[in-house]
Amino acid sequence: MINIFEVNETNKMIEQENLDVRTITMGISLLDCIDSDLETMNRKIYDKITTRARDLVSTGEKISMEYGIPIVNKRISVTPIGLIGGAACKSSEDFVSIARTLDEAAKKVGVNFIGGYTALVSKGMTPAEELLIRSIPQALAVTERVCSSVNVGSTKTGIDMDAVKLMGEIVLETAKATREQDSLGCAKLVVFCNAPDVNPFMAGAFHGVTEADCIINVGVSGPGVVKTALKEVRGADFETLCETIKRTAFKVTRVGQLVAQEASKRLNVPFGIVDLSLAPTPAIGDSVAEILEEIGLERVGAPGTTAALALLNDQVKKGGVMAATAVGGLSGAFIPVSEDQGLIDAVNAGALTIEKLEAMTCVCSVGLDMIAIPGDTKASTIAGIIADEAAIGMVNQKTTAVRVIPVIGKGVGETVEFGGLLGYAPIMPVNQFSCDAFVERGGRIPAPIHSFKN
Amino acid sequence: MKKTIITVVGNDTVGIIAKVCTYLAENNVNILDISQTIVQGYFNMMMVADTSASEKDTGTISKELGVLGDEIGVLIRCQHEDIFNKMHRI
Repeated sequence: MINIFEVNETNKMIEQENLDVRTITMGISLLDCIDSDLETMNRKIYDKITTRARDLVSTGEKISMEYGIPIVNKRISVTPIGLIGGAACKSSEDFVSIARTLDEAAKKVGVNFIGGYTALVSKGMTPAEELLIRSIPQALAVTERVCSSVNVGSTKTGIDMDAVKLMGEIVLETAKATREQDSLGCAKLVVFCNAPDVNPFMAGAFHGVTEADCIINVGVSGPGVVKTALKEVRGADFETLCETIKRTAFKVTRVGQLVAQEASKRLNVPFGIVDLSLAPTPAIGDSVAEILEEIGLERVGAPGTTAALALLNDQVKKGGVMAATAVGGLSGAFIPVSEDQGLIDAVNAGALTIEKLEAMTCVCSVGLDMIAIPGDTKASTIAGIIADEAAIGMVNQKTTAVRVIPVIGKGVGETVEFGGLLGYAPIMPVNQFSCDAFVERGGRIPAPIHSFKN
Repeated sequence: MKKTIITVVGNDTVGIIAKVCTYLAENNVNILDISQTIVQGYFNMMMVADTSASEKDTGTISKELGVLGDEIGVLIRCQHEDIFNKMHRI
């Protein structure tokens, strides 16, 4: 039987080390809501979401209460709207009406974010998808809870550079459209390469077309737990270090698996995946950067950072895979600058630059995430940043993403405050040399040779 | 059987176990096992209880025990045993 020490260990993780289940995300297919009449389609979308997710929040709260584990977010992801809206939407404004519907549905069921205002354009854009992309700035400005993502490349298809160029402009326009809120709209917009279909984390969550009608995906977290465990093995060799991370990740993931199973059973919705992630929050002790420092770096960004992050990411997966029946999503360590106090401190100390962050994204789960840049950054420069990140994802067969926030009216040295889980961030300098001619070429970067595996 | 783990942590005072047990008896919760220890100077108790005969669900019992804990000045948690089994047993 379970003994008092094991019980205390678990409760210490929850109370002192910020162990939580970061999100229960319900994926809902909207394929059966497609209609050529916009109003009818909006009604169908609203009805389907509010019916399917009616009990999501209350069920999450009940599970949290019974097991004594915080479940921080309850969220919804839907089929990419770029696919759903094609028949009815003749203009960007038409697409914005769907964003409003999603926002209203999210408010009705009480979830804090709804993802899926998405276009998958890794090889090319349909007219509808281009309309959706062009509607993003307005959609994010007039809604509160809608999250948007655009997949501009994949290992199989290469990179759609027309979409990359457009996204550089759209990120900047979104920043301008939400300038009153320190360009907050950009915090809800991700540009992906190799976007996963089952990601439960925002802002990039959407419900892939290969998925069932409705599924439950769960994202776990627990950087604080890993950091505390590593304190016990200070100075030990890498084998001991890795073993400790693996064991801890196993324990953390088991809790996620339990919550996923329970949520799936109670909501009568099939279980999809557990996303094995270390997702930091601005809370002290809930930081991925602090884990890297515990591994032996004075500050994140110091030489050795990429190697430390690579081993951390790998051990989290190895420990987590055995703990869950199905894994997926982004799975790995997140490095969202504004959401991680250790990363913010490293930037302020001059230890961490965008270039080093880019190197780190080669070995961790996502990409350049929640990075505030000067508001006068050129659209083509943002497109260049997106292209670099997409190339890393394409060549390394991994998911990469860009979520940068050009803060209109602010420059290097200033700070931007987003509040809540999104945190705050120092504005980081961007390389000033131009890539205009590169971005202007247009067309597609072909898929790499190692994508031909058949 | 629906096993629940009840933990009590805080400064040791007279009557902690009595008050918790009284609440459990009133709500038809059967105590299967009790262990107690002092960790870093704090009173630390764990009970394994069977709540299946109680009319209240685990969530309600958990909330009410939390309130009782506030009255006594200790932290009382009430959690389904599966969270511990999952984490510590393969």
